[in-house]
Amino acid sequence: MNFEVIRDYLPLYFKAFLLTIKIGWIGIALSLGIGVISAFILHFKIPVLSAIVKVYVELFRNTPLLVQLFFVYFGLPKIGISISAEACGAIGLGLLGGSYMTESFRSGLDAVPLSQTESSLALGMTKGRLFTSVILPQAFTLSVPAVVANLIFLLKETSVFSAISLMDLMFTAKDLIGLYYNTTECLVMLVVFYVIMLLPVSILGSFVEKKTRFKMFGN
Amino acid sequence: MGFEVLLKGNNMLRLLGGLGVAMYISLISVAISIVLGIILGALMTLKNPVINAISRVYLEIVRIMPQMVLLFIVYFGATKVLGINLSAEISAIIVFSFWGTAEMSDLVRGALSGIDKIQYESSMALGMNTRQTYFHVIIPQIIRRLIPLSINLITRMIKTTSLVMMIGIVEVLKVGQQIIEANRKSSPNAAFGIFATIFLLYFIACYPISCLSKYLEKKWEK
Repeated sequence: MNFEVIRDYLPLYFKAFLLTIKIGWIGIALSLGIGVISAFILHFKIPVLSAIVKVYVELFRNTPLLVQLFFVYFGLPKIGISISAEACGAIGLGLLGGSYMTESFRSGLDAVPLSQTESSLALGMTKGRLFTSVILPQAFTLSVPAVVANLIFLLKETSVFSAISLMDLMFTAKDLIGLYYNTTECLVMLVVFYVIMLLPVSILGSFVEKKTRFKMFGN
Repeated sequence: MGFEVLLKGNNMLRLLGGLGVAMYISLISVAISIVLGIILGALMTLKNPVINAISRVYLEIVRIMPQMVLLFIVYFGATKVLGINLSAEISAIIVFSFWGTAEMSDLVRGALSGIDKIQYESSMALGMNTRQTYFHVIIPQIIRRLIPLSINLITRMIKTTSLVMMIGIVEVLKVGQQIIEANRKSSPNAAFGIFATIFLLYFIACYPISCLSKYLEKKWEK
């Protein structure tokens, strides 16, 4: 291990780290938005839209992000839709994540027992009140573990961005290895930066899961 | 639109062959992961502190390290640090088995600890010995829980193996790029057609498997 090399590379890695985080979280924000909207569409069985959402979810859940990115980044410009690499990464991640989030939120909504709806109606609650104060809090709690797992999965998937020449951590590491052959140092730094990026999310996620678990009905 | 390239020569067959390479790597890795995962998952339920500590670190590593990083470590790192020259296929299989074993062991542990104590007690009350309890009561239930989840692991494995092109294995995406390059003059729009086709190929490969997994899960839920 050559620490001078590590010191020299640090700014490059840090820049890549910020870019990875930026695009990762933009993608995640997109995916949460898509997920919530699609889950509501599926839950309320809105006629045409729910069919579209179903096709979308199945298409994106059953294909790899790398293939989706290649299609968006290299394929779409050929029919006149050109997107920058950064936007492409965020959109790709958002679409992939959206399909996973949809499933998580939808299963959360569906897992709230029917007796909850019936009891609330028997107590004279309006439909809106029923939804906001009975169904949503429980559905949210039920979907937390799946959402946390998705967050980590999506942040990990950002490593694929290097394939569309986005200067993320993976790309920087590969580039530096190719230029200077300091393989060991580059790989160690790569691992360290991914740990810095993901370990807090992982720990915080487990903590949030534990905190929300006992908010469930019956505990 | 660039779809006509597919009909030229044996381009479509080459693409399918590329998908075959990805499938081959993922099926071998799944087979290894299932065997090792069941062993590790069973060990994790023994509540041995040493095994628990090791397996927790192992699971956490797999949970937070992108598979691509693991691929790079094994493919480039092993050669540099240990001086072993692993072929790209072997390193891919090592990495995906490493990842799959962790996933599988977690599923096995979940399935095993999800079985109520009452099942063991009732079997004992009926006069079964330990072996009979496991063979007639516990294992059949575990298998029912595990089969849909392991089938699901296959689709995730297939999707993840698309990464192997980054360490130079010629699989479907790489073949696609080669076809696009070769036909740059005659059909400049090939990229759209080829990548759309690959997108659909992956969907066709994974969708039936994930449907099967969902179906079995529903069927055996009770």
